Amino acid sequence: MATVAQSRPFNTGRLLTWGLFALVLVVAPLIFTSPFSRSMLAQMGIAIVACLSYNMLLGQGGMLSFGHAVYTGLGTFVAVHAMNSISGGLPIPISLIPLVGGLAGIFFAVILGYVTTKKAGTPFAMITLGLGELVFAMSLMIPEFFGGEAGVSANRVVGDPVMGITYGSAVQVYYLLAIYTFLCTLAMFAFTGTPLGRMLNAVRDNPERVEFIGYEMQRVRYLAFIIAGFFAGVAGGMYAMNFEIATAEVVGAGRSGAYLLFTFLGGATVFFGPIIGAILMVLAFVLLSEFTQAWLLYLGLIFLFMVMYAPGGIASLILHNVRVARFGKLGRLWPSYIGLALSGLLMLAGAAALIEMIYHVQLDMSAGPEVHFLGLTLNVQSAMSWIGAIVVLGIGFALFAVARRRFMRLWGEVQTEIAQEVSRLHLEETEGAPA
Amino acid sequence: MSVTASSSRYAVELKDLRKSFGKTEIIRGANLAVAPGERVAIIGPNGAGKSTLFNLISGRFGPTSGQILLNGERIDDLRPYEISRKGLARSFQVSNLFTRLSVFENLRCAVLWSLGYRYSFLKFLVNTHDANARADELMAMIKLEHKHDTLAMNLTYAEQRALEIGITIAGGANVVLLDEPTAGMSKSETKRFVELIRDVTAGKTLLTVEHDMGVVFGLADKIAVLVYGEVIAFDEPEAVRANPRVQEAYLGSVLADQQAAEAGH
Repeated sequence: MATVAQSRPFNTGRLLTWGLFALVLVVAPLIFTSPFSRSMLAQMGIAIVACLSYNMLLGQGGMLSFGHAVYTGLGTFVAVHAMNSISGGLPIPISLIPLVGGLAGIFFAVILGYVTTKKAGTPFAMITLGLGELVFAMSLMIPEFFGGEAGVSANRVVGDPVMGITYGSAVQVYYLLAIYTFLCTLAMFAFTGTPLGRMLNAVRDNPERVEFIGYEMQRVRYLAFIIAGFFAGVAGGMYAMNFEIATAEVVGAGRSGAYLLFTFLGGATVFFGPIIGAILMVLAFVLLSEFTQAWLLYLGLIFLFMVMYAPGGIASLILHNVRVARFGKLGRLWPSYIGLALSGLLMLAGAAALIEMIYHVQLDMSAGPEVHFLGLTLNVQSAMSWIGAIVVLGIGFALFAVARRRFMRLWGEVQTEIAQEVSRLHLEETEGAPA
Repeated sequence: MSVTASSSRYAVELKDLRKSFGKTEIIRGANLAVAPGERVAIIGPNGAGKSTLFNLISGRFGPTSGQILLNGERIDDLRPYEISRKGLARSFQVSNLFTRLSVFENLRCAVLWSLGYRYSFLKFLVNTHDANARADELMAMIKLEHKHDTLAMNLTYAEQRALEIGITIAGGANVVLLDEPTAGMSKSETKRFVELIRDVTAGKTLLTVEHDMGVVFGLADKIAVLVYGEVIAFDEPEAVRANPRVQEAYLGSVLADQQAAEAGH
């Protein structure tokens, strides 16, 4: 459910959750030891900060931004230049580079956000889109700052080592970024429990009424935009530490789109939703793109289905099921979940076979007519492969439709029962209480 | 800015107020002077401009010409939040709540500014004890304690109307404007609600737009009759009832209906 914060900010449950989060951050690189997976973990940390800062606008403030990469990306550029200045003798510790990115984020959010937050709703979205294009175009026009097509590179192994830490090894970089990830997540969570954080929710729900209880809605939006810009800039600075390079792509529309897409996918209505989204973002960009050429197409399909069937994202799916489990009714849903999963996988297999074959015909015919797919060898010149894929897709679709209908009925029953139980409990409470 | 000799004999004063939408003039030179602590009901036929008048006073939009004074100070060029900070609060005809926040959060948001928390993001709401206590107190006043965690969008109609009033009075405004607070309620609900309004607005200057004559006579010290954008009468209920102009323009038919209904008992 929405933001309820009358419990102490750091009760036992909260402490346990944050402790667990810290533990995961510490232990993860000890389990995944290859340089490749450690780099992925570092990228997840960066993405978590970026998506959480994006959700400050989208989920908490109802501001749909199409240009959040402006703030992460400019943070990266300024951070990279700062790293180069450090090697030129600027006396700031290299560990503070993400904070330099954060200050850049504040700076640009103060300037650009002033224009952006004058408007809400669709005009707001259009302005962010326009500013995103503007900054991207500028990145190609001003090579002195943006480095043209090659970008600007830097070296993080500069300055005097502090306690033997030089950031020469990937693990040292990972732990620095993990600390920033943890602190930023904690700070952004804390923000949701402050007067400004709550008024941001109020502005999201009803901007007009806010003005009649003494608050200037544009000011609330503007301040939140600047704070989101700070954390976006920190994420940009973390990126600079990890990759030691900034190219025009980091301020591009593709990246802004990815923040939106994966924040939504993870769940914009719940604080931890964007964390899930960020992890999926890195998995999709790094692993899925290795796996198939058509990965963007799959991503588009997943996004489409999420918007249609689970607009609250993965986080809200989790919360709904936790609620069902709390009332001891999850057991009844398991069989239909298995049914949904199996039929869904069948449908996906059929669709994926078709997509892979079409991609092969369009792009890879020089390599011969055969496509290797899930251990099978499909032949794009044989009718059987095409018919087979279509049949699998059709059967999968039919079974999924049946499974979905049964699941929806069962889900409705369970929800009604829970509602009845809740109102009965409530009735007992009020009747049992001394008048 | 010309300050009109701080004539704060009146809590709210309208001077030759006019408002046009396009070529249509909705408010045509309205004059009204409400003394501090007075409870005024604004009545009039549909389309007379009652809601427009409230929107002008509360700053939702600016007048075409004329003046609005709050405690002797001109407010006709101020934004709603500035007017709100000067101690004037209003409710809306259609409930205007923070739908995805709980009842408690709705009320706490509504008290934050008046307690000086402004745009703070370095303070935790769990520690804003005065705001939390005030929100709890308000929740008790509008009798929604048992709905502490219910989202505003999941309340019943009558509960939403109560929360609407709660948000309105939360900031401790001295001048309260209620736009048809009992619209759409059943008879018994209305009766309870009038008592609630009387309790929570005790000692305040009250302006209310109301159609239900029972509510009007139950709540108001004075009645202002608005017809075609002009205040044609402003007096105590009995005098307004007897006023031939009012009889002719509006009240006659309404009162006749009501008296007929009462005689039927």
